Amino acid sequence: MLEVRHLSKVFFEQNDSRKPGLVALYDICLTVRKKEFVCLLGPSGCGKTTLIRIVAGLLPADRGEVLVNGNPVTSPGRDRCMVFQQFGLLPWRTVLGNVEFGLEIEGVPREERRDISRKYLELVGLNGFEDYYPHQISGGMQQRVGIARALSKKPDILLMDEPFGAVDAQTREQLQEELLKIWAKTDTTVIFVTHSIDESIYLSDRVVVMHSRPGRIKEEVLVDLPRPRWEGDVKADPRFARLRTDIRESLRG
Amino acid sequence: MAVSLDEQLIQELALRREQRWSLYDHPNLIRAGSVMIFLILWEFYGRRVDPLLLTYPTAVAWAAVQLIWSGELIRQLLVSLGSLAAGFGASLLLGVGLGVAMGRSRLAEAILDPHVNALYATPQVALIPLLMMWFGLGFGVKVVVIFLFVFFPILINTVSGVKNVSASMVEVGRAYLASERQILFKVVFPAAVPFIMAGVRLAVGRGLVGMIVAELFTAITGLGAMLTLYGNLFETARMFVVIIVLGLLGIGLIQATQMLERRMARWKETERAVN
Ligand SMILES: Nc1ncnc2c1ncn2[C@@H]1O[C@H](COP(=O)(O)OP(=O)(O)O)[C@@H](O)[C@H]1O
Ligand SMILES: [Mg+2]
Repeated sequence: MLEVRHLSKVFFEQNDSRKPGLVALYDICLTVRKKEFVCLLGPSGCGKTTLIRIVAGLLPADRGEVLVNGNPVTSPGRDRCMVFQQFGLLPWRTVLGNVEFGLEIEGVPREERRDISRKYLELVGLNGFEDYYPHQISGGMQQRVGIARALSKKPDILLMDEPFGAVDAQTREQLQEELLKIWAKTDTTVIFVTHSIDESIYLSDRVVVMHSRPGRIKEEVLVDLPRPRWEGDVKADPRFARLRTDIRESLRG
Repeated sequence: MAVSLDEQLIQELALRREQRWSLYDHPNLIRAGSVMIFLILWEFYGRRVDPLLLTYPTAVAWAAVQLIWSGELIRQLLVSLGSLAAGFGASLLLGVGLGVAMGRSRLAEAILDPHVNALYATPQVALIPLLMMWFGLGFGVKVVVIFLFVFFPILINTVSGVKNVSASMVEVGRAYLASERQILFKVVFPAAVPFIMAGVRLAVGRGLVGMIVAELFTAITGLGAMLTLYGNLFETARMFVVIIVLGLLGIGLIQATQMLERRMARWKETERAVN
């Protein structure tokens, strides 16, 4: 379980003490249950990345705290894994080498981590591409590598920062569906950042709507659509349309 | 898959690759011809000029045979290469090591910066007489001179390579629980390798210059000393042999570095071609 308690973050200008500083996050409170799929939705600059980086332990909070299974977060940990917006692959490593990265850092022996990595590459549909370099495959495939790398560490919480923001619309829908299928097979909690309303409804159990200046949570919207969502046309469901209207309203006002 | 479909369609269309022989497809033939003509002209012209000033290809070839036969050329070549390898190796170790430190730590950079800039701005040749006072005329002084000639391109490229590693790349390392050491060896260093290799390529040429200059100054051993010796004896053909060997050495070393650079920085090159 993840708990964010009264979290605030301020960025000060490095070399200009006259500037007042920017309140990127103000008094964020959020609780996420085990195996829940939560989307953070909001306009650019509302602090989504900042929030997810603090949860990941990559950035310290200024006020408040983050608890994972009751333990305060102070640094990255093996219970959380991050999928990056720009994929975050190491360009000098092959696809397989990139998936292996996390396990290699952890000290898993070579043969074993190869086997695990192959398994996860198969899970994301990339078997046969082990020896390609990132620049030789499409953006959608690169992000699959990013996802396989994160999953290979079996995190309790998967943190995804606009993971499909840099791929084309068709690939994006395909990746959304595959993500849901993979998630359904595991017990992973997912925190998914997006600024697409449809994406947030399609994927999540709950949409957390954020506003900017200062970055704060405006509202939480429960998504009561049945799962699995990849069967039939969920987006044509009248409930989907109603949620879309509600959330759009919430983003505006 | 796509390739075999292409092949099928090409076969169906009964098309065949046209292959016409063209001189332009064989630039090496043209190169060889050009060199031959140059040598022939040189031979004819060279035989008419005072042999103290200029020589001609067959005389140079004969001098080369004599120098190789007596073992002198190989011996001096090995001496020169030995000092080059020692100076270059020391530079590589220290240049990359200090470069990584300066690129990663602003403290290290502030401490070392003034010394590096001062020494880099000084023409390194100017230091040779001083170095000869300190290190004598033997192997040691040559290694030091070569070290100085080679050090800065390696250091400076390493620093900028390390500084160029994006913060987001380092963050990936941190997110996956890499220690400082692991971030250095698994993220920062590999990301900087293409920069470092570019520095090594520049350094090779400078290393050769340093080697010859040091040997001309000390004039005891090595190819540079041979140049001085045969210059004083007015043995022009033998001087040419040494000059040609130096040229070949330069070509060989630079080609080898480029090959190594292509291998080690392959991902960077193709990445650039794609984007
Ligand atoms: N390292 C930083 N230093 C200064 N300001 C930052 C930094 N990171 C983010 N910001 C600012 O904080 C605000 C929130 O940024 P971010 O969390 O990236 O928003 P989002 O991901 O929702 O687009 C933005 O105004 C951004 O300019
Ligand atoms: Mg963002």
